[in-house]
Amino acid sequence: MPEVVQYAAGDFDVIVVGAGHAGSEAALAAARMGNKTMLITINLDMVAFMPCNPSVGGPAKGIVVREIDALGGEMAKNIDKTYVQMRMLNTGKGPAVRALRAQADKHAYHNEMKHTLEKEPNLTLRQGIVDDLVVEDGECKGIVTNTGAVYTAKSVVIAAGTAARGRIIIGELMYSSGPNNSQPALELTKNLKDKYGFRLERFKTGTPPRVDGTTIHYDETEEQPGDADVHHFSYETKDEDYLDVKNQLSCWLTYTNEKTHDIIRENLDRAPMFTGVIEGVGPRYCPSIEDKIVRFADKKRHQLFLEPEGRTTEEWYVQGLSTSLPEEVQQKMVRSIKGLEDARMMRPGYAIEYDVVAPYQLRPTLETKLVKNLYTAGQTNGTSGYEEAAGQGLLAGINAGLRALGKAPLVLKRSDAYIGVMVDDLVTKGTNEPYRLLTSRAEYRLILRHDNADLRLTEIGHEIGLIDDRRYQAFLDKKAQIAAEMTRLEQIRLKPGDAVDDFIVSHGDKPLKDSLTAADFLRRPYVTYDVLLDFIPAPETPLDHWLTEEIEIQMKYAGYIKKAEEGVAKLKKAEAKKIPDNIDYLAIEGLATEARQKLQKINPETVAQASRISGVNPADLAILSVYIKHGQIAKVTDQAQ
Amino acid sequence: MTTTTEFDTIAAISTPPGEGGIAIIRVSGDEVFDVVEPLFRGKDLRQVAANTINYGHIIDPDNQNEVVDEVMVSVYRAPHTYTREDVVEINCHGGLLSTNRILQLTLSHGARMAEPGEFTKRAFLNGRLDLTQAESVMDLIRAKTDRSMKVALNQLDGNLSHLIRNLRQDILDVLAQVEVNIDYPEYDDAEVMTTKLLMEKAQEVKGQITQLLATAKEGKILRDGLATAIVGRPNVGKSSLLNHLLHEDKAIVTDVPGTTRDSIEEYVNVKNVPLKLVDTAGIRETADKVEKIGVDRAKKAIQTADLILMVLNASEPLSAEDQELLEATKGSQRIVILNKTDLPIQLDMAQLTKLVPDAKIIQTAVTADQGLDELETTISNMFFNEGIDRNNSVMVTNSRQIGLLHQANDALDDVMSGIAAGMPVDLVQIDMTRTWSLLGEITGDSYQDELIDQLFSQFCLGK
Repeated sequence: MPEVVQYAAGDFDVIVVGAGHAGSEAALAAARMGNKTMLITINLDMVAFMPCNPSVGGPAKGIVVREIDALGGEMAKNIDKTYVQMRMLNTGKGPAVRALRAQADKHAYHNEMKHTLEKEPNLTLRQGIVDDLVVEDGECKGIVTNTGAVYTAKSVVIAAGTAARGRIIIGELMYSSGPNNSQPALELTKNLKDKYGFRLERFKTGTPPRVDGTTIHYDETEEQPGDADVHHFSYETKDEDYLDVKNQLSCWLTYTNEKTHDIIRENLDRAPMFTGVIEGVGPRYCPSIEDKIVRFADKKRHQLFLEPEGRTTEEWYVQGLSTSLPEEVQQKMVRSIKGLEDARMMRPGYAIEYDVVAPYQLRPTLETKLVKNLYTAGQTNGTSGYEEAAGQGLLAGINAGLRALGKAPLVLKRSDAYIGVMVDDLVTKGTNEPYRLLTSRAEYRLILRHDNADLRLTEIGHEIGLIDDRRYQAFLDKKAQIAAEMTRLEQIRLKPGDAVDDFIVSHGDKPLKDSLTAADFLRRPYVTYDVLLDFIPAPETPLDHWLTEEIEIQMKYAGYIKKAEEGVAKLKKAEAKKIPDNIDYLAIEGLATEARQKLQKINPETVAQASRISGVNPADLAILSVYIKHGQIAKVTDQAQ
Repeated sequence: MTTTTEFDTIAAISTPPGEGGIAIIRVSGDEVFDVVEPLFRGKDLRQVAANTINYGHIIDPDNQNEVVDEVMVSVYRAPHTYTREDVVEINCHGGLLSTNRILQLTLSHGARMAEPGEFTKRAFLNGRLDLTQAESVMDLIRAKTDRSMKVALNQLDGNLSHLIRNLRQDILDVLAQVEVNIDYPEYDDAEVMTTKLLMEKAQEVKGQITQLLATAKEGKILRDGLATAIVGRPNVGKSSLLNHLLHEDKAIVTDVPGTTRDSIEEYVNVKNVPLKLVDTAGIRETADKVEKIGVDRAKKAIQTADLILMVLNASEPLSAEDQELLEATKGSQRIVILNKTDLPIQLDMAQLTKLVPDAKIIQTAVTADQGLDELETTISNMFFNEGIDRNNSVMVTNSRQIGLLHQANDALDDVMSGIAAGMPVDLVQIDMTRTWSLLGEITGDSYQDELIDQLFSQFCLGK
C-alpha cells in the first residue's frame, strides 16, 4: 500500500480534536477568546451527539451545566433550546443539592450545537481523523490526519471520547468501532502511548437497547411528567420561553421482573461481562442489567425509565437496561417487561471499550505533563457523562486559548466549582473506573449550589473574555440588588401585632414578645420571601423570583454557609503553599518510598494537593514542607529528565 | 476529606498543671490578636512593639467585662517566635481556677485547644525546627510519668478505638444513605433518610459520647494526678506518712507558699501513679497544734478526693472518731492503713474487718520504715490493674481526645438544633459528617495528618 503523502494544510491558534460534548465547548471557548480555532471530528453528523441517555443534568451534573453557563460555555444554552422535558430534582431537600435535569431532543441538540459551531466567526469545523501529533522538543505543535494533512497550532486539545480504539461488544460479536457504529480512531492514542510515553487505561461503558415507541403500552407504566414551574439552565434564558408542561414530553416508569431476571440468568454464559471478553473497567454507579442481577441477586425488580429520544422520532431509550448480552437475549428481555410486551427493538444495547489517558499525567489546567501545549478532556481523561465532559472541555479550551494568547492559565479550585472538584480528583487521585461527579465528592457542596453558580463564576468568565460586558453588568446589578435587599431585611423590624402574630400562631409558633428583624423572621422554616412581603413594604424595585430565591437561601442557611466558608478559607491557605515545579523527590531524604514514588508521579502543585494524594502521609508532608521552607529543594536537571 | 487545622489559632496552658506562682497561657496563630484583644484591658496589643511585656487585666466580655485576673501579656511577632506565628503569652496568677477561666475565654473567642505538642509541631512545620531537632524537643518534654504516657498511647489500640470505630461506622451508614437519596433521587430502592431517623441516630451517638465523657474526669487523673486525701484522727501518723510520700525524689511540684488560695495541693509520684495530695496544710496544722480534730475538714477533703488513705493507730483501740471517719469514707476508694504496728497491737482486727469488709488493709510502721513499699504497690496496683471506680473498661484520658469528644458532642447538638429548626436532611448532614470526622481524629482514621500527630501526641500539652 502506498504511503499517504503529508502536506501543510493550515495554521491555527488552537486545534480541538473530537466534537463531542467536551470538544464542542473547548472549540467555542478558544474561538470566543479570540483564537483562530479548528474543531476536527470523525463524523460531522455526530457533533455533540448523545450516544447514551438523551438527557442533561441531574444531581451534581446539573450544577456543572450552570457553572459552564456562568463561565461562558454553551451546554446550558443548547439544552434550553432543545429540551423536551425539565424537572427539578431534590426539591424536598436543601438548596445545596437541588438539581435540574432535562430530557433532550438528541437530534435537535446535535443540530443546534453544530449550527452554533458553524456560525462562530473564529471557528473552522472540519471532518477528519487525527492519527498523530506534531511534537517537537516536548512541545505540541500541531496534528496530522489520516489523509496526510498537517495542521499547525499553538495548542491542541484532545477529546477523543470512546472513538479512541473503541471496540463494541454485543454477546459473542465484537468489532472495532466508535460510538453508535461510527468509525473509530485507531492511531491517535496508540501514538500517545508508543511515541510520547503516555500511560493508557482501558475503560468500558455501555448503553441499553432502543425500542419503537409505537409498540409501547404506556398505560401499563407510570407517567413521569415534566415540571410546570419555570426552569432553565442558562442564566440568560428567559422565563417566557419555558415550555408549558402540556408541550413537554413525559417519561414512563416501569420495572424488570423475575421473568426478566430468569432470562438474564439463563444466558449469563453468553454475557461478555462474565465470560472474560470485556477487559475494560466499567463504572460501579451505572452497572449493566446483568451486573445488577448478579450483584443484587435478592432484588425482585429494578426500575426502568422509558425516555423519548426526541420530537421527530419514535425511538425510545430504556434507561436502566444497559447491556452487552446477545441481541437475541436482549429482545427476549425487553419483551418480558411490563408495557414492553410487544415492543420492537430498534437497536440493541452494547458495551464499548476505549482508551483513556491516565489522568494523573495532567496538570490542574488539563495540560499534559509530558507534552507541553497539549490538553486532554472528557472521556479521554477517564470521566463519564456529557456534563463532566463539557466541563473539562470548557476548562481545557480556556487554557489552550490562554496559552495561545500567552496568558496565565486558569485553575478552578475545589471550593470554586464542581468542575474544580472533578479536575482535582482526576489529576490528584486518578480514577480506576469511569469517573462520575456526585454531590458527595464535594466537601463544600453548600457553597457549590445550583442557584449561585453565576455568583461564583461570572467574574472569572468575564476576566477570560467569555462573558461580555453587557452580561457582566447585569450580573453586577443582580449582585448589588441582592446585597441591598439583604441589608434592608436586616434593618426592618417586625413588631408584635395582630396580623403577624396570627400568622405565626397559625404555624404553631409562639406570638412575638419583642420586635424582630425581617431577616430573622425569614429564617423561620415556615416563612418565605413572598410571605414576608405580606408584613413589610416591598422593595422599591421589585425583585424577580431568581433573586428572591437567592436571598431566601443566603438568609435561611446563613449559619451553615458561614461554617462552610470558614472551611474554604482554611483550604485556600493550604492551596497557597505552592510546591516548586520539577522537584526531584527521589533526592529528598526521609520521604517514605511510597510517598516518594507517588509525589514523583503526580508532581502536585500545592501542599494541599499533595495532602490529598493517597499514600503520602503527614510525616512526608511535614518533611516536604520543611524542605520547601528552607529552600533546600532538589530540582530535576534537564539531563535527568 | 481534609480537616486541615494547621493554620488556626491555638491556645493552651503552657506551665505544668497545679499551683505555681504564675501560670502562662500561650496563644499562637494568625488570629491571635482577634482572640486576645477583646479579653485584654490595657494597651492595644496590635500596636505594641514585638517582644514586649504589657501590664493589664483579663476581662470577661460575655460577663459585663468582669475582671478575671491581673496579668502581664507578652507579645511576640511572626516570624521571630517559637512557632514562627504571632504568639501572645498571658502570664496570670497561677490559681487553677483563674488560669482555666482565661484559657476558656481564649477558646470561646476563636482559639482552639492545642493538641499535645502542637506548638512544637508548628515550629517544625513552619520550618523552625528540622525533624531531628523536633525529636530532641520531644525527648526533653515528657509526660508526668512514663507510665501515664504509656497508658495514654496504649489505650488507643484498645477498647476506645474499637468503640469509636463502631460509632463511626454507624454514622457512616447513615451518611451513605443520605448521599444515595441525594445523588439518586428517583431510585426507590434506598430507604429515604428522614430527619426523624437522623435525630434517632444523633441521640444514640450522643448517648455514647456522653458516657465516654463521663469517664474523662477519671482520665484526667493521669494527667492532673489522683486527688488523694490522708485522713485520720490526731496522732495516728498522718504527717509521718505525708513526709514519707513527700520525700525529696518523689515530689514533683511543690507549691510556693504565701499566695492566696483555698487549698494547698502537692504532687508526688508513687510507683508511677501521680498523686495529688489534697489538704496537706490541714495535716500540717494538726501536727503543729493540739487541735480539735478536723473531722469536718476531713469530710470536706473526702468529697474532693479520688483516693482516701485512712490512717488508724494499731496501738490503740478503735475510737468513736475512727469509726466516724471510717463511716464517712465508706463510699470512696480507700486504703485503710494500720499504722504503728511496731508497737503492741491494741486494735481489734476482727472488729475492723467487720467494719470495712471491702477495703484493703495495709499494716505499716511509718517511722520504722515498715510496710511502706506494700502500701505503694497497693496504690499502684489499684490504679493500673483494678481501676479506680471504673464501671466501664473504656476510658478517655487525654485532653486531645476529650477536646475532640466535646467538639463531636457540640456537632451533634448542631445536628439536633438543625433538625429542630426545620433544616433539610442534607444540611443537617453537614454536622453529622463533622461528627464523623471529629471521631475519626480520635482514632486517627479520618485525620489526614495522623502519623505526624501520633509523633507529636507524645508531647506534653502546651510546649
